[in-house]
Amino acid sequence: MSKQNAIQLSSVSKTFDGFKALSDADFTARWGEVHALLGENGAGKSSLMNIVAGLYGPEGGSLFIDDNPVKLKGPKEAAKLGIGMVHQHFKLVTPFTVAENILLNLSHIQTSGLYRERLRRVSDDIRAMAERIGFGIDPDARIDQLSIAEQQRVEILKVLLAGAKILILDEPTAVLTEEEAENLLTTVRGFAREGAAVILVTHKMNDVLRYADQVTIMRSGRTIKSLKPDSVSVDELVKLTVGESAPEQTAPVEQRTPGEPYLNVKGLTSTGGHRALNGLNLTLNKGEIYGIAGVGGNGQSELANALMGIPEGVEGTMELIGEGDLADFDAARRRAIGVAAIPADRYGSALAGPLSIADNFALGDIHSGRYGPFWYLKTGAIEADAAEAVRQFDVQGVRSLKQKSALLSGGNAQKLVIAREFSHPPKLVLAHSPSRGLDVKATEAVRERLRAARDSGAAVLLISEDLDEVMAMADRIGVMSAGRIVTEFSQPADRQAIGQAMVNHV
Amino acid sequence: MDLISSWMGNIPEFAVPFALAALGLIITEKSGVLALGAEGLMLVGAVAGIGAYLTFEHTALALIMAMIAASVVSLLFALMVLVMRMNQVISGLVLVFFCQGLTTLTGTLMGWTNQPVPGLETIAFWPLSELPYLGRFFIQNPVVYLVPVIFLVSVWALNRTTPGLRMRAVGENPQAADAAGIPVLSYRLAAIVIGAALIGLAGAFIAVLSTKLWISNMTAGRGWIAVALVIFARWSPWKALAGAILFGCIEALIPQLAASGIKLSQYFVFMAPYAITLGVMIWVAASKRDSNSQPGALGTPFIREERT
Repeated sequence: MSKQNAIQLSSVSKTFDGFKALSDADFTARWGEVHALLGENGAGKSSLMNIVAGLYGPEGGSLFIDDNPVKLKGPKEAAKLGIGMVHQHFKLVTPFTVAENILLNLSHIQTSGLYRERLRRVSDDIRAMAERIGFGIDPDARIDQLSIAEQQRVEILKVLLAGAKILILDEPTAVLTEEEAENLLTTVRGFAREGAAVILVTHKMNDVLRYADQVTIMRSGRTIKSLKPDSVSVDELVKLTVGESAPEQTAPVEQRTPGEPYLNVKGLTSTGGHRALNGLNLTLNKGEIYGIAGVGGNGQSELANALMGIPEGVEGTMELIGEGDLADFDAARRRAIGVAAIPADRYGSALAGPLSIADNFALGDIHSGRYGPFWYLKTGAIEADAAEAVRQFDVQGVRSLKQKSALLSGGNAQKLVIAREFSHPPKLVLAHSPSRGLDVKATEAVRERLRAARDSGAAVLLISEDLDEVMAMADRIGVMSAGRIVTEFSQPADRQAIGQAMVNHV
Repeated sequence: MDLISSWMGNIPEFAVPFALAALGLIITEKSGVLALGAEGLMLVGAVAGIGAYLTFEHTALALIMAMIAASVVSLLFALMVLVMRMNQVISGLVLVFFCQGLTTLTGTLMGWTNQPVPGLETIAFWPLSELPYLGRFFIQNPVVYLVPVIFLVSVWALNRTTPGLRMRAVGENPQAADAAGIPVLSYRLAAIVIGAALIGLAGAFIAVLSTKLWISNMTAGRGWIAVALVIFARWSPWKALAGAILFGCIEALIPQLAASGIKLSQYFVFMAPYAITLGVMIWVAASKRDSNSQPGALGTPFIREERT
């Protein structure tokens, strides 16, 4: 069965609310290979795989599993055919245990016996399978007690125990540290060597180059090309993915002389039980980008929340030189001073999804009276300003300014947030994972804005779990570990040394 | 002495409708469907129970008919929230008002209003019935003794069977359940219908066994108290049963106080259960107990082709 096709999709289309997510996409994956599905955000990778997993019904086109034509009526049927998908957002029932979650998924496999006994049998199976593939998972652990990486392992165990021979992983490495990602991809490559078909949905070039036997590239709902990753150069792969010459590699950050101190954080400590922040000190100068690097979960989110004024129990001071303590300022005061905040959760904390693009844009300035007194909103002025900002910040996918902002893709939502936050020249920019989940072009646009703010004299704090981003952007780098800054580096910084500092203190 | 004894004797009569209605609500809500229609379904059970008794003159049959009637009416609610994916709060409220009108109309047209029915003979649960003070608590109609059995079976089904596990999964994370091949809407439909049957039985208990006649809107807000009771019990059937007995104690006490000569405005008596409910809810909210026990997907319609 070595060279048989495991999955074959031909000219499949899918439309959501008039938006064509897939148009005439073709895809073939063979048994025994790791097949990468590469593309930018919104290229249609997940939609295509959701069709294979039976979650979406395709409009037209045909699907062959193991060279037999099939019509999937739902995920149950897909599972029966040996298709298992690990979704980007895990489909686990959090208050349940690992064994209960897996038992749920096995319900279509007829097992007899009392519930207790079945649960015990499933637990035994989990232990056996976990041992075989080197996952340390306790069947009796509750999902909400597990880390993200462990939850992902549960998802993989789940589909394997359901008898999956075609394993689809949707952006599996997005939530993992480098080491966890390596382990995972090595494990799944093992499955392929044993004869399974593994499909790796990703936008990370590295995953493709190191682990895939075959790669299919998608762009705006179409499958562009399928080839062997070692047969082409990286440049060519990038070109196929992005559709034009990739944005230039950013020049290494040159040494700059920092301005005077602007933000002085002293002894920031969480008041809660586990001390996510533990006596953090940090000085941010005008005209510099200060990057905070570190393994996720070392207090970065708590620091970002405290600085951005998102409720977070902390003590210590966050003095804005010449203004006072940031903690004492409400949102209106922060805006008046010129504090721009780009939170990590752009849909949750930065935008009001059901409101229009124009309304979201105006929210930041509504206090100032620019858009009229409280009893009358000058919608014309709002729309004129929003239109100008949309144009200036290149927010794409805007059919109308009255369109709900939730309909914007991740990158364009982020551009809208930045357009609002930068509508007045900011003095202090707080950015938390500003390019997470964005494609190459959007990432570059976001970074360009941060650099421009720095060049015009603003103090920019960049908190990011992506070391590449910090390396490319920051003038000074602080490594965060266990709730404080443990080491600082100035550019040019040694990547190796930063990596050491990140892990040594965990 | 006599006071305590007759108080004890009255508690189950007040507690049973709360317990059954709360259990029905818990079953429905464990599947992720927010059920606010209990008041309406109790009225349906009440009028159907009386109507069936007056027609067939058989009490057990009347109770079963009441359960069926409430289940049938709940199909309307299921249509609204499952098929048409209407807002579950609004649908629940609409169901209550619709049932209030429907039951008043039916009772009047059929001439069932104010027609007394005999109910069921009480059975003494010997030897507990011989206890001092407490004894009267154990001289009740047979349905009262069925309640712990119904609870046992329901709890076992919810927590110790595969269909129960699937139903709870549907209520916690329907997307995950769907991906596991569980028919989400079928499980929710089953939860609505089974829950409605129990709520209908609660209503029939009031009309056929307790008051022994039908009067328009006779449940008088007990369905709403059951809704509050479920929140109070954090969706745990056993806590709901304890809460129902607690409410039964309080409600049964009020007439006793009046009988013992303590002067109470009748309007105060009418208001008391709701004031107590309000107090209990505030206490629950203020004590900030484990709030994670609410089904994760409560009140959210299930749509498969949702882009996240």
